Amino acid sequence: MGSTPGTSGRPEASGVGRRDLIKRAAALGIISVPTMGFLSACASGGGGDNDKAKTVKKTKDNPFGVAKDNDLDVFIFKGGYGDDYAKAWEASYEKKYGGSVAHSGEQDVTGKLQPRFNKGNPPDVVDDSGSKKMKLDTLHKEGHLTDLTQLLDAPSIDDPSKKIRDIMLPGTIEQGTFGGKFHALFYVYATWGLWYSNKLFKKHGWEVPKTWDQMLDIMKDAKSKGIGGLAHQGKYPYYMNIVIMDLIAKTGGMDAVKAIDNLDKKAFVGNPAAERAIEAVYEIVEKGLLMPGTNSLEHTEAQTKWNEYKAVFIPSGSWLENEQAKQTPDDFEMTFLPLPLLPDSKMKLHAVRTGADEPFIVPSKAKNVPGGLEFLRRMLSKEGATAFAKEASSLSVIGPEYVDKSVQLRPGIKTALAAVDACPVDERFNFRYSEWYGEMDVSIQNATGELMAKRITPKKWLERCQAAVDKEAEKNPDTKRK
Amino acid sequence: MHRKKYPFIAGFLVLPVGLYVLLVIWPYLQTISYSFTDWSGASQNFNFVGLDNYKDLANDDVFIKALQHNALLLVLVPTLTILLSLFFAFMVNVGGRGGAGGVSGVKGSAFYRVIFFFPQVLSIAILAILFKAVYRGDDSGLINGTLQAVGLGDKNNPTEWLNDPDLVLWCIVFVMIWAGAGFYMVLFSAAMQSIPKDIYEAALLDGAGRFQTFFRVTLPLLWETIQTAWVFLAILSMDAFLLISTLTSQDFGGGPDHSSEVISTYLMRNFQTYSKSGYACAMGVVMLLLTLIVSIVTLRLSRRDRIEF
Repeated sequence: MGSTPGTSGRPEASGVGRRDLIKRAAALGIISVPTMGFLSACASGGGGDNDKAKTVKKTKDNPFGVAKDNDLDVFIFKGGYGDDYAKAWEASYEKKYGGSVAHSGEQDVTGKLQPRFNKGNPPDVVDDSGSKKMKLDTLHKEGHLTDLTQLLDAPSIDDPSKKIRDIMLPGTIEQGTFGGKFHALFYVYATWGLWYSNKLFKKHGWEVPKTWDQMLDIMKDAKSKGIGGLAHQGKYPYYMNIVIMDLIAKTGGMDAVKAIDNLDKKAFVGNPAAERAIEAVYEIVEKGLLMPGTNSLEHTEAQTKWNEYKAVFIPSGSWLENEQAKQTPDDFEMTFLPLPLLPDSKMKLHAVRTGADEPFIVPSKAKNVPGGLEFLRRMLSKEGATAFAKEASSLSVIGPEYVDKSVQLRPGIKTALAAVDACPVDERFNFRYSEWYGEMDVSIQNATGELMAKRITPKKWLERCQAAVDKEAEKNPDTKRK
Repeated sequence: MHRKKYPFIAGFLVLPVGLYVLLVIWPYLQTISYSFTDWSGASQNFNFVGLDNYKDLANDDVFIKALQHNALLLVLVPTLTILLSLFFAFMVNVGGRGGAGGVSGVKGSAFYRVIFFFPQVLSIAILAILFKAVYRGDDSGLINGTLQAVGLGDKNNPTEWLNDPDLVLWCIVFVMIWAGAGFYMVLFSAAMQSIPKDIYEAALLDGAGRFQTFFRVTLPLLWETIQTAWVFLAILSMDAFLLISTLTSQDFGGGPDHSSEVISTYLMRNFQTYSKSGYACAMGVVMLLLTLIVSIVTLRLSRRDRIEF
């Protein structure tokens, strides 16, 4: 072994033998293993370089003055819509302006982008979405967002006599406005609600439910036949909150929506609509109408079970069909259903949660801001919207008339669009709190997870949600965000 | 000769020490300074807030809960892993009923050695996928499916392993031990094999049984290796991030409802989901201090006279 002190021919300076030294060094070294990852996640670099892309003179055809052969860096959230649509846009941009277009399709948006924003080296276009999106209000506060008003005022590609702002569906500009300026282009026209298989309905002779009780009756009948009434994506209570929040909205009307978004003192506790809605939802849990095990499933696992006819209903948004394309049987007849009503609801049966989703931004510190703006403008063209409809089977915020007739949307998304068409514009609603208050959203999701697992009562759910609202209100004294 | 030795050694050390300072010490210092700010993580604008982050931490229920979970892991994971792997190592090396040669492992020990070491070969990502399938909360899960097949599980009310606040942390502890025991078995085996056989033979001649050989001979001679293993496992328990964040619900794991929350998962949620990076850095500093304390205490408390052989 040869490690006995005093035999190595050197004088012992102190009591520390070589072995001890190595041992201590090793101990110090391994301490740094777990902490270093997290600590260095916090550490940041200095400022990035600022060589901006060259520009040429602005013209009607090229309103942002994009010069040829500047590189463009596009970052896409690869979620339910995939990222093939973006590759189509990039190819078209590259064809027109040259340069090389870098594409990243990722799920962990914050993990990949936070260091780049911090270093002042962000991409030129970012699709900032998914559960790990960067918070828009933080980006806005830090001055990271380019003012996109110039995009709104730019001429549309298909009809230069019209401005971009004139061809977008109502609500899109409001949705993307932060601090009075338009900063984010919410590109996808999305709808949220319940989904079912029309084939399963026909097989069992069920009628499309109009009231909550009719829906429960179907679930009960399904249970007696060994089918789960409701599946939900338990690992992500976000989805179950679609059901809960929509029922609150439909029962209490726009006042109930605003009470939550504006952090009202009676958003949950003391709000009869919220109380009635959560009792109604809890009935599903209490009567054992959930698909067994659904509380702990991943979104894709739950959705796949539903595709296997193991459950009647599932909540989700208009990306569901695209996300499940491979798992869905050909004759499944996926159908969208706006939430059925409780008695004396303020909203009508056809009322549906819909709005612009999937924000695209151009970081203000991007190298090629004009290229980013032009990229967004091209997304809002017939070519861009058609590519999106074809690859993601969904509509953009410039609506169906910009999609080429040769593109056949899938049957499920057609039912969702029909439901939206059936609802007058001023009866469509949307919630904003999850965009605005991240921590409150997480707290409400946790409460919902507990409720669905039958670990808390509806009363406790209301209290927990109200506590989350009150906590947020305390942090944001300027409660009225809109 | 001696005087020239030091510049010579220093020459070798400049590069590694320089890299260490740049890649390890510097981020540490940066993090510590960020922990006194309200940094959002999205830019270089922030204000100095003094000790506010640390005061908030002391009053943060979720953080306290996470600390408690880390403490539980800290007690359970090293103890159980070391006990189990010591037992395996002993059985594989000296646990056999001595034949003519005296000291040997149980039958098929070479085979067991490979099998037990196997989990160590898998990356955490694969472990996570594997155990997602094992713990899946409906009848498609391995455990639930098996239980139902033998008539022990309720098809309409399956155990939601990772969605049950009373079970989720135990499920994680099990995976950590499952994944770690094989490695420490090999580590202890190596240490055991370096113990001269004549010591065992002498013990056997004196009539020592398995238990006596283990407690009187093997354990004292393995002490240093166990100590090292303990420090490693303690550090693993302070972290546990990858496993928990991939297996449990909530952003970066820790669910349901914070019941498997550990400091690292809560740190990452604050850092990325809530944009409270200064606050997250304060957690990182607390984690660093705790890990240091745990390591030093372990090394101090377990210090014994080294046995030379």
